[in-house]
Amino acid sequence: MRRLLGYADEISVQPGRTIGFKVSSEDAGAFRLEVVRIRCGDDSPEGPGLKQTTVEADVNGDYPARRQRTQVGSFVAVDRPDRFALRSFTLQATIWPTLLDKEDQTVLGAWNAADGAGYALALRGGQAVLRIGDGAGIETLASGAVMHERRWYFVAATFDAETGGATVVQEPLARYAGEADKGCAEGVMAVRPGDGGRFVIAGHNDRRDGGPVVAGLCNGKIDTPAVAGVALPRAAMERLKDRRIPRGLGADVVALWDFSREMDGVVAHDVSANRLHGAIVNMPTRAMKGWNHDGSEMVWTHKPEHYGAIHFHDDDLYDCGWDTDARWTVPEGTRSGAYCAHLTQGDQWFYIPFYVRPPTGRPTARLALLIATCSYYAYVNNHMGFDWGPLGEHSSNTFTIWDMEDLHLHMRPEHGLSMYDNHSDGSGVAYASRLRPFMHMGPRAHLWQYNADTHITDWLEEKGVAFDVITDDDMHAEGASLLEHYDCVMTTTHPEYYTTAMMHALLDHQRKGGRFIYMGGNGFYWRVALHPRLPGIMEMRRAEDGMRSWIADGGEYYMSFTGELGGLWRRNGMAPETVCGTGFAAQGFNFASHYLRTDASEDPRAAWIFEGVGRDEKIGDFGTVFGGAAGSEIDSTDHEAGTPPHALVVAEATEFGVDFHWVNEEFHHTHSAVNGENCPHVRCDMVFYETPNGGAVFSTSSIAFAGSLAHNGYANNVSRLLENVVTRFLDPEPFPAP
Amino acid sequence: MYKIDPSRTDLAEEFRAKPFGPHGAELQKVLNVMRWEPIEGKHVLVNTVPHKEWRLAQLPGKRGAPVTLHEDVTFTDLGEAEWHIFKLRWKKHTGVELDG
Repeated sequence: MRRLLGYADEISVQPGRTIGFKVSSEDAGAFRLEVVRIRCGDDSPEGPGLKQTTVEADVNGDYPARRQRTQVGSFVAVDRPDRFALRSFTLQATIWPTLLDKEDQTVLGAWNAADGAGYALALRGGQAVLRIGDGAGIETLASGAVMHERRWYFVAATFDAETGGATVVQEPLARYAGEADKGCAEGVMAVRPGDGGRFVIAGHNDRRDGGPVVAGLCNGKIDTPAVAGVALPRAAMERLKDRRIPRGLGADVVALWDFSREMDGVVAHDVSANRLHGAIVNMPTRAMKGWNHDGSEMVWTHKPEHYGAIHFHDDDLYDCGWDTDARWTVPEGTRSGAYCAHLTQGDQWFYIPFYVRPPTGRPTARLALLIATCSYYAYVNNHMGFDWGPLGEHSSNTFTIWDMEDLHLHMRPEHGLSMYDNHSDGSGVAYASRLRPFMHMGPRAHLWQYNADTHITDWLEEKGVAFDVITDDDMHAEGASLLEHYDCVMTTTHPEYYTTAMMHALLDHQRKGGRFIYMGGNGFYWRVALHPRLPGIMEMRRAEDGMRSWIADGGEYYMSFTGELGGLWRRNGMAPETVCGTGFAAQGFNFASHYLRTDASEDPRAAWIFEGVGRDEKIGDFGTVFGGAAGSEIDSTDHEAGTPPHALVVAEATEFGVDFHWVNEEFHHTHSAVNGENCPHVRCDMVFYETPNGGAVFSTSSIAFAGSLAHNGYANNVSRLLENVVTRFLDPEPFPAP
Repeated sequence: MYKIDPSRTDLAEEFRAKPFGPHGAELQKVLNVMRWEPIEGKHVLVNTVPHKEWRLAQLPGKRGAPVTLHEDVTFTDLGEAEWHIFKLRWKKHTGVELDG
């Protein structure tokens, strides 16, 4: 297990601004923090080696080590315990439970498990249960019937302090013959509710390791939870289900929360006169179909009243919330680039990646390297080696290989999940945050995304190409105005996740004559949304189609942050081919191939790309990413999807075997001719085309490409070819229109 | 469903020679069958020393449950480690032990 971990409060910081580092260590003593500039993180025997330089930074030093704790799991907390110190009460909600074999799940209540005091409506053994405790004793009353998972139930509990009379109601909304899942219980309790503390929905108060936590986390949807200060009759409960408080019940209702309001917010709105709003913690999934969704509308913005459910998970995580150990104000003049806070303590080490971007409006180079931070967020801390089951090996075409970070993530839930994972109840992970330690996303990690991208920074440094580093987050925030300072924008190896603003920024840059080098594969694929106000959190829905690790439920394709349709850009009217000429075609993760020049490579429009490269040379039959330049995830042209009509396929790779698989969104019926041996669509197209106002686009269309650059001391045809492109793309001479 | 023919040791040799492919179509059929392994008890590899050492392990059925690391079965070559997994699954499917 890793015992030294950290994260930063920013991913991209400009000179003059401050970045904070938050560190947790399980070892006593002190840890050392040093700011390092990263040129290359590939320390594999075949790679260029770890190349990092310590920066003379005033933040460098030794800091007291301490363990910082993380609240995992989502819930709603209401900070007015005085208003919920009830003697008689009604608790009710409509729920869609998803993990009934997990014991101890609280739907709602003011319950303190550490003291055994308060009151709550909970799930236990698949039944709705009323629990009341006074600190000396606990009494419970169960519905007497077991629910089914992923079905709606109205659940309620009442208690009358005068008589001790208690009831529990559990009524299925989908009724099956026999109604064995319908329960109703009555009883008399001697105990009276003690002080349960804060009112919590989808969990309850507890103490652990000396500190307060929310435990008893509930998995599933909760719709329209409500509390009354009296034991309501069944008919009155029914009237509250519709999120309206009828005249006559106003004095009895303590709170009724409407989760269909402010879908992108973190406030649970109490629509009662008391306005006891709650704080939504750890980003449970919003814009979820509620109990009354009837299929009449699949877009939540059109009918939010049908989307009044929140799906809570016991493994949701937004922000670890650790205290800051060290802050660094980046000095003016600091060179733009990839940096890390390098933490060391005994035999432990950890990197906290961040980027120094140029000051706003003041570029320091003519080429911008655009770091695909949104795509990093999507993958960070993934559990694919476990969650994917047989799919993992079928996809990778190797037997499962874990590393120590996989083991760590498997055992330690506090670092959250990735968009490639399922929650503990099997539902897909729709949000990803950067406010937590990154596993697999730093120097010395797998050659995937971050670390593979350092092959590009390594090559730029080697070739003496001056470059600024900018991130997806910067481009999302500043749009085309960020890019207009650069003659050439170059991507990293896998820019897969794009917001609408990012797509438009790139297209605008291209229309204005900016040059664009797509250094990757499977780019511009998923449409995502960054939160409009909250820092460091991204949303996506794996809707309708695509190479999906999970599948969004019908009617839940629209993102809660923006109301935009999620899913593939291919299905959102802006296919990748419109940005870079090619789109995701196939993938295979056990070997890579090489490119061969096409006849079009001799076209005077493109022949300069191959200066110094023989007509029949194999281009990139070497490399540290699966042994070749064309591989991992590869793209091809598709004029119907948006490849410009004048685009030249200047080289192509077609030598892929049964191990490479065509992407599923491109075929309409299942059949067996979908691999590199029998499907002509399994290919990688290297593309060049001119853009308006003297610009041009060059696309490698392969994730593996950059892994070949350093081969043979950077003296190879992949490096030469890219050098030709970069040199020409930085030449102000306009590209003539074809 | 395709059944692995234990007499086709030529396919095993093909895998051993090129564990990371490209694989021939017939070998791919063998691998496809082997890869439908359920998670619980599945033999996998854990890279215990980056770039240097891989260890045989078995996965539990549930996230958070301990992974069994076979301390005495380690490899210094990833291809050899993949071959070991191949042999284990070959035996599981055919009942026949492969040499080597």
